[in-house]
Amino acid sequence: MSVNARFFASLKERVGHGSVSVDVAEASCVRDVWYAVTGEGPGEEVLVAINKEYADFDAAVVDGDEVAFFPPITGG
Amino acid sequence: MHIEIRHQAFNPWHELDAYTRSASYRNQAGACATFVGSMRDFNEGDTVRTMHLEHYPGMTEKQLGVIVDEVSKENGLLDVLVLHRVGDINPGEEIVLVGCWSSHRKAAFDGCRLIMEALKSKAPFWKKEKLLDGERWISRNTPG
Repeated sequence: MSVNARFFASLKERVGHGSVSVDVAEASCVRDVWYAVTGEGPGEEVLVAINKEYADFDAAVVDGDEVAFFPPITGG
Repeated sequence: MHIEIRHQAFNPWHELDAYTRSASYRNQAGACATFVGSMRDFNEGDTVRTMHLEHYPGMTEKQLGVIVDEVSKENGLLDVLVLHRVGDINPGEEIVLVGCWSSHRKAAFDGCRLIMEALKSKAPFWKKEKLLDGERWISRNTPG
């Protein structure tokens, strides 16, 4: 199945992608998506969202999901 | 309730005035509390020339909506206005405006503070500072 992985702010620069389509096995989780793109552990605090809702690295993903990775928030 | 992401500079006082004048609840609102956040030209001992503010289109608005909805219900607010800048920002320009209207002052004061604190931890925005000798992402918000 395929998901759309998105990266923001410092993670976009670190990974080198703002958005990339990723093929992962059925019953994969967010962690599998991260490894499929980066090939390494997060190594720092990384926040996660699935379809624009907060999630965590163990959350399951399904075909067509938008899985976003971003650093801690610094707005306001 | 009105939530908006702005790519251009805005005058918060003009925004508040225009929004208040058009409000249908104007005669019920005994209180209005506001917070305006602006860009400083210094941070962590360094001079900051400009700043770039990135957001996650769609998720940012969605999370702001959840925050405002929850705080409004818990505090009995009559209305809330949230404007937040993105893109390139210069020192002295406003970054965020939160306005809360209620019948009495406590709800407006409390609601404004609660919305700002939740915005700073749940609404996906990220600041990148341009310094005299380079640039850096801000890794953490300063304590309130």
